[in-house]
Amino acid sequence: MSEPVPRYQAEKTEWDRIAETRAFKDLMATKRSFIIPAFVFFLVYYFLLPILVGYAPQLMSTKVIGIVNLAYLFALSQFFMAWIVAFLYVKAANNFDNLAQDIIKEAEGQIKKRQEAR
Amino acid sequence: MSTPLVMFLVFIAITIGITYWASKRSAGSSAYFAASRRVTGWQNGIAVAGDYMSAASFLGIAGIIAFQGYDGFMFSVGWLVAYLTVLLVVAEPLRNAGRYTMADVLAYRLNPRPVRAMASISTLTVSTFYMIAQMVGAGALVTLLLKDSGISYHTAVIGVGILMIGYVVFGGMLATTWVQIIKAILLMAGTILLSILVMAHFHFSLGDFFNAIGHVTYHEKGQEVVKDFLQPGLRYKPPYGALELISLGLALIFGTAGLPHILVRFYTVPDAKTARQSVVWAMILIGTFYIMTTFLGFGAATIVGRDFISTHGGTNMSAPLLAQALAGNIFFAFISAIAFATILAVVAGLTISASTSFAHDFWTNVIHKGVERKPGEEVLVARISAFVVGAVAIAIAILLGPTANVAFLVALAFAVAASANLPVIVLSIFWRRFNTMGAVTGLSVGLLASIGLILIGPSLMAVDPPSVTGTARHLIQAKAWFPLENPGILSIPLGFLGAILGTLLSHEPSSEHKFNELLVRSNTGLGAERAGAV
Repeated sequence: MSEPVPRYQAEKTEWDRIAETRAFKDLMATKRSFIIPAFVFFLVYYFLLPILVGYAPQLMSTKVIGIVNLAYLFALSQFFMAWIVAFLYVKAANNFDNLAQDIIKEAEGQIKKRQEAR
Repeated sequence: MSTPLVMFLVFIAITIGITYWASKRSAGSSAYFAASRRVTGWQNGIAVAGDYMSAASFLGIAGIIAFQGYDGFMFSVGWLVAYLTVLLVVAEPLRNAGRYTMADVLAYRLNPRPVRAMASISTLTVSTFYMIAQMVGAGALVTLLLKDSGISYHTAVIGVGILMIGYVVFGGMLATTWVQIIKAILLMAGTILLSILVMAHFHFSLGDFFNAIGHVTYHEKGQEVVKDFLQPGLRYKPPYGALELISLGLALIFGTAGLPHILVRFYTVPDAKTARQSVVWAMILIGTFYIMTTFLGFGAATIVGRDFISTHGGTNMSAPLLAQALAGNIFFAFISAIAFATILAVVAGLTISASTSFAHDFWTNVIHKGVERKPGEEVLVARISAFVVGAVAIAIAILLGPTANVAFLVALAFAVAASANLPVIVLSIFWRRFNTMGAVTGLSVGLLASIGLILIGPSLMAVDPPSVTGTARHLIQAKAWFPLENPGILSIPLGFLGAILGTLLSHEPSSEHKFNELLVRSNTGLGAERAGAV
C-alpha cells in the first residue's frame, strides 16, 4: 500500500485567476471549436491518400482526365486542402487575437490597480 | 574558370557580405539567437521555406520522381501538409511561451534540468544526423556540379563546412535568416523557370506533357520498358509498401513540427500573430515549390530520361541535367548554384539550432542552473559549439566518403523529431497531468525507438552482393528484422506511450499547479518575450 500523496499546498497565482476567468474560458472554447475539427479533418484527408494508394492501387489508377488518374488528382488536391485550412485558420485566429487582447488588457489593469492600492 | 564555379563564388561573396553586416548586429543573446525578434512575417516565412527545403527535397525529390514516378510525389504532398501541424498546434504556443529553444516551453512547468538535458540531446541528435546527411550529399554533389573545375569531395565538404560555420559563428541568426531568404528566392526563381521551360518543351500543352508521363521509356536489365509514371507502386511495392507509405506520412506530418531548426525560426518574429503569418507565407512558397516538382521530376523522366541520368551522375543530378537539356550550360550552372545555396542555407539553420540548444539548454540551464555567469557567455558558448558541431560534421562526412548510404539519416531525423520531440511538446502544452518523468521517458523512448528501429530496419540491415564495397555496403549483413525504412508507425506511438506511462507512474503536483501559467501564456501571449532593439 502506498501512502496517500499530500495535496500540493500553494496559493493561487495571478495565472490561476486569469485561467478561471470567463474571458479566458471563452478564448479556449473558441480556439478548441476551430482547431480540433480542423486538425482531425486534415489528418483524415491526408492519411486517406497513403491508405488508398497503398491498399487500393487499382482504384487510384482509375483515369479521370486523359492519362491523369485519381491518385495524382487526390495528391494534388492535398495542396489546396492545406492552403484552404490554413486560410480558414488565419481568419478564425483574428478572433482569437481579439479575445486574447481583452484578457491581456484586463490582466494588466488588475496589476496596475494593485500597484496603485499599495 | 567554369561557369558553375563563377556562380558559386558570386553566391559565396554575397553571403559573406551579409554575414559581415549581421555580425555587427549580433551582440547579446536575443540578437544572436533570435535576430532580436524583429524578423517580419513574410521574411520569416521565406526563411522557413529556405530552412526547410533541403537539397534532399530539391534534387532528391526531382530524382525520385524522375526514377519512380508518382510514388516520389507522395513526399512532396507530405512535406507541405505537415505545415498544418506546425500552424495549428506548435508555432504560436512556442512563440508565446519560449525564448530560444523548444525546451523553454517544457521547462516552464517541469523540472528544468533533466528536461532540458534530454531535450538538448534529442535536438543535437536530430540536427547532427540531418547535417551529416546534408554534408555527405553536398560533397558528392559539389564534386559532380563542379567536375570541370576538378574540386575533390574533401575540398567540397570542407568548403561547405567552413562557410556554414562562418555564417553562424559570426553572423548568428540574422545572417542565417538572410542566407535562407536569398536561397529560397533563388530556389523559387530557378524552379519556376525550369517548370516554364518544361512546359515550353511540350508547347505549353498539359495534355502532351501528361501523355508523355504516361509512356516513359527506359532500360531495365538490358530490356526496354515503357511505364505509366503516374501509376502508383513503382517505389512502394507489396508486401510492405502500403505500411511504408503510411509510416512515411506519419513521420512527415508529426516530424516537421518537431524539427528544432524549424521551431527556432518562430522565435525570430515579434509575436505569435507574426509567427502564424510566417507559417502561411512558408506554406505558400513550400506548396508552390512542391507542386512544381511535377514539372521537375516528370520533366526529367520524359525529356532527359532515366537511362541518361543513370550514366551522368545518378538520381540527384536529374534537375541540373534537365536544366542542361532545356537551356544549355549557363542554366545548368545557375541550377547548380541554387542547389549549392540550398545546401548551405539548410546546414546553417541546423548548425544554429544545435549550438543554441547546447549553449542555452545545456550550458546555461543544466550546468549553471539558469544563471549566465557573465554577460555574453551564452553567445560565446554558442559560437564555440557551432564551430565544434560544424567541425565534427565535416570530419564524419569525410570519414564516410561520397558513396556512403546516408539517406536513412534524414528518415532518422524526422523519426526522432516525430517520436521524441513532438509528443512532449504537445503533451506539455495540452495535458495538465503531464510531468518531468513523462517528458524524460517520452524523449528517451522516442529517441531510442527511432534509432533502434532504423538500426534493425532495411536501411542498415541487408545482404549486399559482393560487388557492393566500402561504406556503400549495409552496416549489418543480414535480413532486416524490422521491415520498414520509416519507423514512425511504431516509434511515434511508443514515444507517446513512454511519455504517458512515465507521467502516470509518478506524481508531481508542482507541474500540475503551474499548468495554468503555461496555458495562459501560450494562449494569450501575456508576458511573452518582446522584440528587442538592434
